[in-house]
Amino acid sequence: MTAPMHDTPTDTAKAVPGEAAGGSGATKVEGRSLKQIAWNRLKQDKVALAGGIVVVLLVVVSVFAPVIVGLLGHPPNVGDLDTLEDLTNLPKGVLGGISGDHLFGVEPNTGRDVFSRIVYGARISMLVAVLAALVAVVLGTLFGIVAGYFGGWVDAVISRAMDVLLSFPQLLFIIALVSVLPDDLFGLSGSGVRIVTLIMVIGLFGWPYIGRIVRGQTLSLREREYVEAARSLGGGRRHILFRELLPNLVAPITVYTTLMIPTNILTEAALSFLGVGVRPPTASWGGMLRDALQVYEHDPMFMVFPGLAIFVTVLAFNLFGDGLRDALDPKGTR
Amino acid sequence: MLAYLIRRLGAVIVMLLVVILTTFFIFYVLPKWSGQDIAVLFAGKNSGAEQLEGIRQKLGLSDPLLVQFWEFVKGIPLGRDYGSGDDVTHCGAPCLGYSFRTELPVWETVKDALPVTLALAGGAAVLWLIGGVTVGVVSALKRGSFWDRGAMITALGGVSMPIFFTGMIAMGVFVHSLGWISMDDSLTTKDSIGTWVETMILPWIVLAFLQAAMYARLTRATMLEVLGEDYIRTARAKGVTEPVVIRRHALRSTMTPILTVFGLDLGILIGGAILTETTFNLPGLGQEAVKAIQGKDLPMILGVTLCTALAIALANLVVDLMYAVIDPRVRLG
Repeated sequence: MTAPMHDTPTDTAKAVPGEAAGGSGATKVEGRSLKQIAWNRLKQDKVALAGGIVVVLLVVVSVFAPVIVGLLGHPPNVGDLDTLEDLTNLPKGVLGGISGDHLFGVEPNTGRDVFSRIVYGARISMLVAVLAALVAVVLGTLFGIVAGYFGGWVDAVISRAMDVLLSFPQLLFIIALVSVLPDDLFGLSGSGVRIVTLIMVIGLFGWPYIGRIVRGQTLSLREREYVEAARSLGGGRRHILFRELLPNLVAPITVYTTLMIPTNILTEAALSFLGVGVRPPTASWGGMLRDALQVYEHDPMFMVFPGLAIFVTVLAFNLFGDGLRDALDPKGTR
Repeated sequence: MLAYLIRRLGAVIVMLLVVILTTFFIFYVLPKWSGQDIAVLFAGKNSGAEQLEGIRQKLGLSDPLLVQFWEFVKGIPLGRDYGSGDDVTHCGAPCLGYSFRTELPVWETVKDALPVTLALAGGAAVLWLIGGVTVGVVSALKRGSFWDRGAMITALGGVSMPIFFTGMIAMGVFVHSLGWISMDDSLTTKDSIGTWVETMILPWIVLAFLQAAMYARLTRATMLEVLGEDYIRTARAKGVTEPVVIRRHALRSTMTPILTVFGLDLGILIGGAILTETTFNLPGLGQEAVKAIQGKDLPMILGVTLCTALAIALANLVVDLMYAVIDPRVRLG
């Protein structure tokens, strides 16, 4: 796609297709790849861009959590009982103890800094959601492409498996799975093992969503001429699946991965809320809401920040994902 | 019709067998693979060696897996005797084992908790379908209006909001601050309908809100597509009045894809119900499941999982039957 510098006439970018068709020869239409078209569309979608910026910010916050918290000097798992009232164990001051020192206030009963815990909670949320989405994408793409390409009984078995998984009461099965898995697994122990378990289990139940889409796309793509051409040129199965078909599936896979992450964030929060997610004292947004459920009658501020954190994150991913879908959709008019 | 019903019931039974197989695998095989002792899992970590041996005997944990699976499946319709010789505990059908926490048959607990969950999920489903479809239709008819845009923004917000957060806000405002509603934490089937409705109204709305928003978006998109079809123009040309065109002609075809999605969302509904019950402290299946996890009460988790899966399979059957009511092209049989 790179045009040699010397024959680029001035101002080709502004060339109008009509003029080029006029045959003057002085101007020519600039070829644009799908990526460029999508990027141009995405740039014009302000809402999606805003979502994207929030997502990038969240990633930065998660990666640099220790630095950010270090600046303010309140470790997430260390409480300061001086910030609490003696009798009630509720935060001193108004609005859950919000002050210049404790930006989001302090936790009732423990006196831990809410801001630090929200920042560290972002880490857990992103880690679990993104890695679980990756697990789902790998499994979903593999099974989807195989089902779509081979058809027959392979397709029948995989499709039925996807149907069953999709109609399962997922949350309940995830709870059941997490509750029987041992406390030490994969050579890990403590809260690390829970995080790995969560990633595997959420990913395991998430792949059919991707699988269905990939299967459907593969079904239509495998009839295309270029696949026929590859086959007649002696391309093997693996070559056709992963070199010919897979690159054409990248767009839908990207979109649905982006849209899957917010769902995973909600699932992780739900599991931590129910007490089968990340183990305390590791900070997680769902876990904070679980604690808040006990005290919100007396200290309503404590539930606001984790709740808002989940809401903003999920909304940002949804907006960005929707925008990405519109931008990558060849039928889109924008 | 009858043949169709039988075939569909067959499919439900197959689905249930898959669910039973999966739950059996999760609770009896998976722990073994990861090097755990199932007897310890079932009895708790502080049990003595003798007690564990007793449990192994009683539950037949030393039998081959296939035998164990068969006993497990057979116990559901026929009931089951645990142990042998003098120490026999009979577990009446439908036998789902005994809770280790309360030592009651699992089915007894499930039976008490089921009405709460069914009422919660059912009421919310009705509310979300009616609410979502109504908002969606109005949005489609007044496309681009303030109402339309407001509904769509709410929809995006709705799907991004965790149920337990909205639930806490709703409870904080309406129960604790305003005191308009008082909720009964110990609902039983003996309570009056008034008590049920008062307790359920907030959970219904909270659970329905998220999904109603999604359905509004879906209904709007489908409705707009349908309204562009030729047969709608034909109906109008024949002089059919607009309300009839909307209700009889457009809404009917709009409902078919909505129902398809609804069938798929039943799992989400149950997941949402679990979270809603925990948030509002309602004595339903979700609450039992959470209590069971905290007490490592495996038979209970197993029983709850199975019953929920059955409820979903049956609800799916109902959804399939509704297709035929809505879409005359779908012939059953």
